[in-house]
Amino acid sequence: MDGDHILATQAEHQPTRRDFLYVATGSVAAVGAAAVTWPLINQLNPDASTLALATIEFNLNGIEEGQTVTILWRGLPVFVRHRTAADIEEAKAVPLSDLKDPETDEERTKPGHEQWLVMIANCTHLGCVPVGESGDFDGWFCPCHGSHYDTAGRIRRGPAPLNLVVPPYEFLSDTLIQIG
Amino acid sequence: MSEHSTYNPANGVEKWLDDRLPVVRFTKEHLMDFPTPKNLNYWWTFGAILAMCLGVQIVTGIILAMHYTPNVEMAFDSVEHIRRNVNAGRELQAVHSVGASMFFFAVYVHIFRGLYFGSYKAPREILWILGVTIFILMMATAFMGYVLPWGQMSFWGATVITNIFSAIPIVGDPILQLLRGGFAVDNPTLNRFFSLHYLLPFIIAALVVLHIWALHVPGNNNPIGVEVKSSRDTVPFHPYYTMKDAFAMVVFLIPFAWFVFFAPDILGHPDNYIQANSQVTPTHIVPEWYLLPFYTILRAIDFNVLFIDSKLGGVIAMGGALLILLVLPWLDRSPVRSGNFRPMFRWFYWLFVLNFITLTYLGAQPAEGTYVLIAKICVAYYFAYFIIILPVLARIEVPKPLPASISESVLGKANA
Repeated sequence: MDGDHILATQAEHQPTRRDFLYVATGSVAAVGAAAVTWPLINQLNPDASTLALATIEFNLNGIEEGQTVTILWRGLPVFVRHRTAADIEEAKAVPLSDLKDPETDEERTKPGHEQWLVMIANCTHLGCVPVGESGDFDGWFCPCHGSHYDTAGRIRRGPAPLNLVVPPYEFLSDTLIQIG
Repeated sequence: MSEHSTYNPANGVEKWLDDRLPVVRFTKEHLMDFPTPKNLNYWWTFGAILAMCLGVQIVTGIILAMHYTPNVEMAFDSVEHIRRNVNAGRELQAVHSVGASMFFFAVYVHIFRGLYFGSYKAPREILWILGVTIFILMMATAFMGYVLPWGQMSFWGATVITNIFSAIPIVGDPILQLLRGGFAVDNPTLNRFFSLHYLLPFIIAALVVLHIWALHVPGNNNPIGVEVKSSRDTVPFHPYYTMKDAFAMVVFLIPFAWFVFFAPDILGHPDNYIQANSQVTPTHIVPEWYLLPFYTILRAIDFNVLFIDSKLGGVIAMGGALLILLVLPWLDRSPVRSGNFRPMFRWFYWLFVLNFITLTYLGAQPAEGTYVLIAKICVAYYFAYFIIILPVLARIEVPKPLPASISESVLGKANA
């Protein structure tokens, strides 16, 4: 009986030293559990060998006008297209109001090198490689879910939300680019 | 459920065991004496068929893993090695890949049986939710298994499906890299998919145990949807349904065996016999047939809705098409379970079946022209069925009179 009585009165009291110890112990255990869980999840992230392939150089010399080559950067395919004058003209003639993801042709190329279009070759919808020189806008057409891109790689129709991604790159000389 | 038990330990050893671990009693109660409605038709045999399918996949899968190599350089060749060199490898690999298709065929029949006969209604909501969870895990498992042979469809399927997660605002790209273990689908992706493909079937098996547990608390639904009222309405599971299920399994194994022995690749895609190439997407990329309805829903959303862009919209629609099944018991409030007694429901139900088959067909067609329009109509009907039609029917439909009991419906009123 005495034990019952003590428990009952304790419950009505202010938090005791013991309550504090319980909460403090529990908190430490929770932080410890989280600290152990994080490396178990983080091991899924890209490893050092994957991250090491971040920057490449590529020589544009052999690419004829109207030709597109596909190269690999960080495991991703990248289109390098030598655009024709007609391509550029067509891309520039498009009013921004027609675009789902408005960007001018100048914003997608480097000044003085507007014949070169460098883009990650994965459709921004779900990552398929679009087929070049096809689709309703003379650019790229993604066979997976029917997205059409124009001659500047901008999304024009279909489920893709964004233009083909231009990776960070710069011209080291007129014929040499560095991606990444 | 001990009240169903007719188990009396026959001797001292059984008595001794029964007092410590009543495993014999449990087996007798749940696998032999379990009182089962006596009017179950052949649609009800698919539960047992599914259990068999899971067993077949686990056994053949464990064997295939003894010969398979999860590495981008060797995976494709190791599957060919299994098919050409391993003793009976051609058959074992065929049973596993055909088995996946048969498994999904059976699960679709099982789900549509539940939809028609109202098996999701109270008191079987948890049973239904566990089933939907198993179905979703099956799709995840099958998807990861399809990546393992590392053919073109494997690679591009993995790319497309993992990319779904990049549609999530803000955290999408970090999650995508976490899932793939890189910037693109590559060796780390293949390795983890192999690990998870091996793990998930055992989690499915555990959920199947819960599914059966949740079945054995209220007992089976039945074709008239009237609850069991007395022991006259039931027969013991064994031998009546063990035999019926066994017969159905044999019949089910006939087309299964035909595929395995005569057309093991007919359900697959020729592009998957080309090794994965990260620079070329097959011109016509399609998932396995059993994922097509949901694939159609994914790509049918090609327009922005307010602040949701088309990509996220497609992902929400596809996820929603599955998740809406979880709340189905609360959307369909009609007190009558069986479609047999719901004259209006039946029309909408069969239209839903036809609609689902059309969604499957559309998933295999290119996303262009009329197909896109038909796909949008089908997606609209899919959701309208759950969100509008079922709730409205529950209010306006006048059901036919229900039989008083299972016995009455089986024997006719004169003999009841």
